[in-house]
Amino acid sequence: MAILTKEEAKKIIDKVLAFSKADEISASLSGNRTGNIRYARNSVSTSGETYDLSLSVTAVYGKKSGTATINEFDDASLEKTVRRAEEIAKLAPDNPEYVPMLGAQQYVNTNAFAQSTAGIDPEYRAKAAFGSIEPCSKKNLTAAGYMEDRSGFTALGNNKGLFAYNKSTSVDFSVTVRTADGTGSGFVQRDYNDASKLNTNTATEIAMQKALASVNAKALEPGKYTVILEPTAAHDLILNMMRNMDGRSADEGRSFLGKKGGQTRLGEKLLDERVTIYSDPANPEVPGSPFANDGRPQEKVTWFEKGVVKNMYFSRFWAEKKGVKAIPSPDGIVFQGGSESLADLIKSTEKGILVTRFWYIRTVDPQTLLYTGLTRDGTFYIENGQIKYPVKNFRFNESPVIMLNNVEAIGKPVRTNGSLIPPLKIRDFTFTSLSDAV
Amino acid sequence: MAGLGTGAFMLPGFATGRPVSPEAFLMPGDDVAMKKRLADAALNAAKSKGASYADVRIGRYLNQYVTTREDKVENIVNTESYGVGVRVIANGCWGFAAVVDAKNEAQLAKAAEEAVAIAKANAKLMKEPVQLAPQKGFGEVSWKAPIKKNAFEVPIKEKVDLLLSVNDAAMKNGANYVNSILFQVNEQKYFASTDGSYIDQDIHRIWPLFNVTAIDPQTGKFETRRSLSAPMGMGYDYLQSNPADKLTGVTTRYNKGYDMLEDATAASQQAKEKLTAKSVEAGKYDLILDPSHLWLTIHESVGHPLELDRVLGYEANFAGTSFATLDKWQSKNFQYGSKQVNLIADKTQVGSLGAVGWDDEGVNTKQWDLVKDGILVNYQAIRDQAHIIGAKESHGCCYADSWSSVQFQRMPNVSLAAGKTPLSVEEMIKDVKKGIYIIGDGSFSIDQQRYNFQFGGQLYYEIKDGKIAGMLKDVAYQSNTQEFWNSCVQVCDERDYRLGGSFFDGKGQPMQSSAVSHGSSTARFNGVNVINTARKI
Repeated sequence: MAILTKEEAKKIIDKVLAFSKADEISASLSGNRTGNIRYARNSVSTSGETYDLSLSVTAVYGKKSGTATINEFDDASLEKTVRRAEEIAKLAPDNPEYVPMLGAQQYVNTNAFAQSTAGIDPEYRAKAAFGSIEPCSKKNLTAAGYMEDRSGFTALGNNKGLFAYNKSTSVDFSVTVRTADGTGSGFVQRDYNDASKLNTNTATEIAMQKALASVNAKALEPGKYTVILEPTAAHDLILNMMRNMDGRSADEGRSFLGKKGGQTRLGEKLLDERVTIYSDPANPEVPGSPFANDGRPQEKVTWFEKGVVKNMYFSRFWAEKKGVKAIPSPDGIVFQGGSESLADLIKSTEKGILVTRFWYIRTVDPQTLLYTGLTRDGTFYIENGQIKYPVKNFRFNESPVIMLNNVEAIGKPVRTNGSLIPPLKIRDFTFTSLSDAV
Repeated sequence: MAGLGTGAFMLPGFATGRPVSPEAFLMPGDDVAMKKRLADAALNAAKSKGASYADVRIGRYLNQYVTTREDKVENIVNTESYGVGVRVIANGCWGFAAVVDAKNEAQLAKAAEEAVAIAKANAKLMKEPVQLAPQKGFGEVSWKAPIKKNAFEVPIKEKVDLLLSVNDAAMKNGANYVNSILFQVNEQKYFASTDGSYIDQDIHRIWPLFNVTAIDPQTGKFETRRSLSAPMGMGYDYLQSNPADKLTGVTTRYNKGYDMLEDATAASQQAKEKLTAKSVEAGKYDLILDPSHLWLTIHESVGHPLELDRVLGYEANFAGTSFATLDKWQSKNFQYGSKQVNLIADKTQVGSLGAVGWDDEGVNTKQWDLVKDGILVNYQAIRDQAHIIGAKESHGCCYADSWSSVQFQRMPNVSLAAGKTPLSVEEMIKDVKKGIYIIGDGSFSIDQQRYNFQFGGQLYYEIKDGKIAGMLKDVAYQSNTQEFWNSCVQVCDERDYRLGGSFFDGKGQPMQSSAVSHGSSTARFNGVNVINTARKI
């Protein structure tokens, strides 16, 4: 029931729109089924499944808007919800930044729905957890993991002619494997739209290997090192940069993309010329939603091309004020890479540090995008193209902008948290202290 | 993890529930007799299906937040969420089911049956049966936060006018931009269990905050200064400060009443001053940490590592584990900090975010020592963990962020006890040769076992030969938890004691949010490593 077809969703939305007497009216209908299983100490701790189907109605008079929601769908309930939204709108203060609703839009086709994921049941989840716990138990390792699957749809419509519908599925899996004495720890994460691509057993093998290989870590002096960031580690710093590409903040001079005198870095070469980052909802490996929450189409957008800042994202209000295209913020990104694998990058490294993952990343300086955080769950010293020994975790203080100017090599992108991210080899990455944490 | 980042405001999934008009907040929820009928239906159904224990939480959660920038209201969000969660033990295993907008006994009985079915299914994968610490029933009882003025009864216009006047004061005093927010929460919770408790509670929380930005047009550099307010377990009365709530000094700091207008005025001037402040020279300094800053260091380096579920490995895949392992506690001589360091867990302190009469599994709340005279003496444990540390009862720190979430161990208020010897901040600073005085919380990061951390602040003042020598910028300190707390040489007396706290502390998968306070007086830490965070891009 939670996933309505396009036709079923449109029927409900049209009914809602017909009930309204407001200047503008929009309806957003969404349904989700979310399941999860969590385990720790090689035993399942919690698992559950929730269903949700809800309708949100926004009515607008002039620059006043009001929203009401409901999860019952008979005619009387729908009409009541429309009236409630209208009442709230009439009482609301004017929003000086209100922009009228969009009319009909063209959307790209994306394919983010997989029946294999929509069909996941409690037995599947238990098996997935078992497939991860079992090999760990056998080798006296301890697994703590989490898998969450989601299938759902979103439909938008308004009285200006806009209608949008998308259905999607996703499955996210991660596991931390620790040695029984707590001196080794490894991690792996996987995410897909299509659950048939997920094998928790083979994924867990990687975390197990890292746990075993990270025992008896040696302490290296903090300082500047060549690092190879696995995609999971690279992802976290790069996505933090992408989240700061709001054009208004840049125009206002309070972003890493701002400059003195109200100028921005748009059009400037800010990163190494090998860095090209774009987003594309139709990418078959990381399909996104064809539309943003307000109905704006998501299209292919290049954010950095050969290191040059090509686009920023905007609210519709600010874009109109500045006379620029109101590009919405992207769902996920594609960091264009080469053909080298992680193993190839290691092989070509004389001296360096392999980083599995970062942890507790926080902004230190929003102007330079300086972040701090730590390595975790598998940090290794590389010499003459080989992993030599595990090293103790480091705290870093580094900016993705500086890091992406110190690029040595870019590997082949792999799907990581909804984006395509390559492993990166970076020189002079700044580690500022050691951590005893395993 | 404390959930709200520095710099720009990042709103977490705060306002869950359906949007409502503000007047809906003033409607009473279901009466107690009705809630007892619903709860009994669930408890009886659970027992009849074979549960050895069951509890029911009927929750009505009200949230309101008002956001503004400069002279504009950005958003006013009012939400209400109502439903029931039923938790059972059957065949020695936990099971949970929840139902939205539950209106009748049949829905509750069905949820209880589902919870029992889930428990029985999960029991097949279980390694050890759940052991619950005994808990007596309290009969029909209630608890209300002792607030003076219910924030939900204050007209929206008054709140909007306050925030816009705060923004106006900021802009007139040199800010280029200002954002301000008022968060308000009311949890109306009813708990019943097969132990014979029927507990009705009314909890209020409030957090006014702002962030001002000052830009130097010559260089394009910008600096921010965030409010020195604390989220509190109070009503709108927190915003009605009186002189007794203010501590004057290099900047005014606040206790149980907050003067937002005054703080915004100071913040704008200080953000401008930061633009030309001296960049810190990296090295070792004696740190004087104000309670508006120290709360977050306590939260991350004491509150989280002493959560027993982390210590045992239940959070290994997300928040992490803990350096404070059971053997260190068992040794009875693990020197967590210096002799000056007494860290206390508490669920009763008036005005704190953690205060309730009973926790979310019907345990009456209390206060207990975590670190006494520097030695690790205890953890935070709930009913199904108490036996692991040889305790006969739970500490009463179980919490769920919604009727639809499963309750689990959450951090109580964890506070540094005030010094016993009379000592003011001025007297403390007088003895410092080379130091930095830090006020307000800033950037924060700590490893997954809670050894290595780095913290920034809002305001940094250089101390030279016992005197404040001027403002610094680009400051962050790095240390190791045990080293840091052992470098604590002095804590000011109770005259300086204040609360800070987190409104959005995250834990668990799926993640749940909780609110927690941390009190302290200003404290001195000797020889801490300070780094310079200035970079060029």
